[in-house]
Amino acid sequence: MRGRPMQVSEKDKKKATATPTEECGDFLRIADLKLKSRLLLGTSGYPNPQIMMESIAASATQLITVAIRRVNLQDRDREGFMHMLTSLPVDLLPNTAGCYTAKEAVLVAELAREALETDLVKLEVIGDDETLMPDVEQLLKAASDLIRSGFTVMAYSNDDPITCKKLADLGCAAVMPLASPIGSGMGILNPYNLQLIRDIVRDIPLLVDAGIGTASDAALAMELGYDGILLNTAVSKAKHPVQMAAAMRHGVEAGRLAYLAGRIPRKFYAEASSSMSGRVEVSSD
Amino acid sequence: MNVQINGLKEQIPFESSLEDLLRSRQIDPASARGIAVAVNEVIVRRNDWSSKAIQDGDAIEIVTARQGG
Repeated sequence: MRGRPMQVSEKDKKKATATPTEECGDFLRIADLKLKSRLLLGTSGYPNPQIMMESIAASATQLITVAIRRVNLQDRDREGFMHMLTSLPVDLLPNTAGCYTAKEAVLVAELAREALETDLVKLEVIGDDETLMPDVEQLLKAASDLIRSGFTVMAYSNDDPITCKKLADLGCAAVMPLASPIGSGMGILNPYNLQLIRDIVRDIPLLVDAGIGTASDAALAMELGYDGILLNTAVSKAKHPVQMAAAMRHGVEAGRLAYLAGRIPRKFYAEASSSMSGRVEVSSD
Repeated sequence: MNVQINGLKEQIPFESSLEDLLRSRQIDPASARGIAVAVNEVIVRRNDWSSKAIQDGDAIEIVTARQGG
């Protein structure tokens, strides 16, 4: 056998090039959306528009977030962002970033629906500037109002199981607890809570949104059974954003596959993987 | 008359429609994509831009998509 090249069948060659999770027919479904990629990417903070576009491509994302802001009426030439986005094969997910009350968030969501012709909204209602943690009272009120108005609400939440359950019960299309504060890159601070949320909220997609620092954070969230990851800063502020976008893509795919494959139970003591049967016996001195 | 456009106090001619105002800001309703407008915190749908009369003291918000996470 030595020196003989390994034979690779045509079927295996095909397997090697297909996206693993795609091959399983494993899609992320959010309301009417059917996404091959489980990675949602933000568009803020890249060194320049070209790197943003290349990062979006490298991540293979199909859903990108945008903010809703005043048009620059003094310099319309600087309004090229929308034009750039329309050339991409992705859907847009407008957010309500910067809103501190349900009233503000509802108005921004309505403006987004009118501007972008989508019912999708990433609902953010922030409690304070230091932590950027959600204001739960206002978040629940905004979610309720928007769902009643026909929006497909993807709610950014803190990692509190009860709040996430309430958001799911209200009829949110997805609930998105944070891993750690927005832009902190601290990764998953409380995997226990994220696991509890997954156990409690079974029927709708759960995504980890905010705080992801690197690809292993994304993989860990997916291994906990999360349906997807939404991140921005970890890519846009990486030393090499395009490479990090690719790393995140692979991290999310690896984590998803590992979750589907099922990890082995943890054991306190070692267990040899090589059988003791047929072991060479050597006489003792 | 005096109005606020995207937070700035401005003067516009009397009997202006929302469409007149947008055209004066180089926003052509026929070709403008990705833009939404609210007057006094109420959305004015694109089809209603020409019939929406602006009143003295109105607050107009003209928004679009920007980079966001």
